[in-house]
Amino acid sequence: MFPILKVENLTKKYGKKVVLDKISFELYPSDILGIIGPNGAGKSTLLYTLLGIVFPDSGKIYYFGKDFSKNRSEILYKVSFASQYISLPYSLTVEENLKVFAHLYEISEVNKKIDELLKIFKLFDKKKILTRALSSGEMMRLNLVRAFLNDPSILLLDEPTAGLDPEYIKYIRDLFKEFSQKRNLSIILTSHQLGELEKIITKALLIKEGKTLAYGNITELFQKFKVSSLEELYFKVFV
Amino acid sequence: MNLNIFRPKRVWGIVLRHLYLLKHSISRWIDLLYWPTVDLFLWGFITLYLQRGFYQGSKWIFQFLGALIFWNILIRAQQGLAVGFLEDIWARNLLHIFISPLTIFEYLMGLFIYSLFKAFVASLLMAFLAFFVFNFKVLMQVVDVFLLTGCLIIFAWSIGLLTMAFILFFGQEAEILAWALALLFLPFSAVFYPIEVLPENFQSIAKIVPTSYIFETFRQILLKGYTPYIFIVKAYVLVFIYFLLSAGTFVIAFNFAKKTGKITKIGE
Repeated sequence: MFPILKVENLTKKYGKKVVLDKISFELYPSDILGIIGPNGAGKSTLLYTLLGIVFPDSGKIYYFGKDFSKNRSEILYKVSFASQYISLPYSLTVEENLKVFAHLYEISEVNKKIDELLKIFKLFDKKKILTRALSSGEMMRLNLVRAFLNDPSILLLDEPTAGLDPEYIKYIRDLFKEFSQKRNLSIILTSHQLGELEKIITKALLIKEGKTLAYGNITELFQKFKVSSLEELYFKVFV
Repeated sequence: MNLNIFRPKRVWGIVLRHLYLLKHSISRWIDLLYWPTVDLFLWGFITLYLQRGFYQGSKWIFQFLGALIFWNILIRAQQGLAVGFLEDIWARNLLHIFISPLTIFEYLMGLFIYSLFKAFVASLLMAFLAFFVFNFKVLMQVVDVFLLTGCLIIFAWSIGLLTMAFILFFGQEAEILAWALALLFLPFSAVFYPIEVLPENFQSIAKIVPTSYIFETFRQILLKGYTPYIFIVKAYVLVFIYFLLSAGTFVIAFNFAKKTGKITKIGE
């Protein structure tokens, strides 16, 4: 099978500090890859580099077989991102924020698409209210609505379930699984909630100080390190 | 033109983002309408006082109001660009914007259009008030108005781009420049007085400031009734140099912010 994302020897330094050190991995359709590591491991920098918002010093990123550095705009139509830490502008309504991004992704049938996603993420009744009035959990769900607007093939998520109620965590986890299985959506996500990650990921990339310490299919990693949970794997690799 | 770097719908998305923001914000409407109104009344009454008390019948006195409206076009266009960029920083929206297919060229186009809108609204209001309250009338060829306005807007964008570059280089500490940088050019632009009143070394600086030629042209049209096109040509040559340098600096700053990762932290 053809990888839809191939990362080769990705390296990034901030001054003398190496933040990413020759990171390589591949992502296939329907894969859900968890990027795991302690604070400062380089997880966010890796996501930002994959999104083109931070330039790597060396290494290559190929989406759908195309060089990302040469086909940025074209590729970003099919890649999306949501983070717990970055909200949408507070002074616009939920609907207005989504309309702005629908234009940036040149989405057709905007109103229908927005209504459909707001219903899926249970935010339809908040459509006309200002974004600043949303709770942190609702804000995260709005970020997810925005991230799904362009029907991405690859979704990058930074702590997607932080700040959500357990009820919504389960709902969104099931939703990710459904999108992954039925629509071939591939997901890369970071989270400190290892229990949650374990329920959803199919692959894991464990990094510390920018270096890959372990990478592979989750069941193969469990066998290799002789562990039975992600938490055990975390302690075995990092501690 | 490469269609991947210029898609009108993506440009309109940026314009829409700022129009929605304006729609919900009384303070932004006040900023857009209040200051031009106050400026216009202040200079209008000074003009009336001078005209009635000291310079009866002098038409040159109207230059104050005309120059004020033209200067306001520059200020509104410059702030429309620089403050528009700051709005995205304050809202921590830059990251969302630049992980979309939008190109930096399209982003700037969106801000340029929004800045034109702001300049148009404010100058229309001032012209309206100047006409109805102070009976201000200046007979100018439409083509001259467009030539003068066009140059002022390109200069406004040059200053705006430079401000944005400084913000990307030095972070939010540099945001004060969004309001201050244009004023640096005010004394050398000879907006309200002829260049000859400046000290010699200031006159030398004024010669490399495009707006000094624009306001000199405006005065010549008003007082002598003819358009010195050579001034307009000089102004355009200079303004294109400023614009290219500012745009180049901005592109370097934008790439610097992506290289250093600053773009993900700006606004925090």
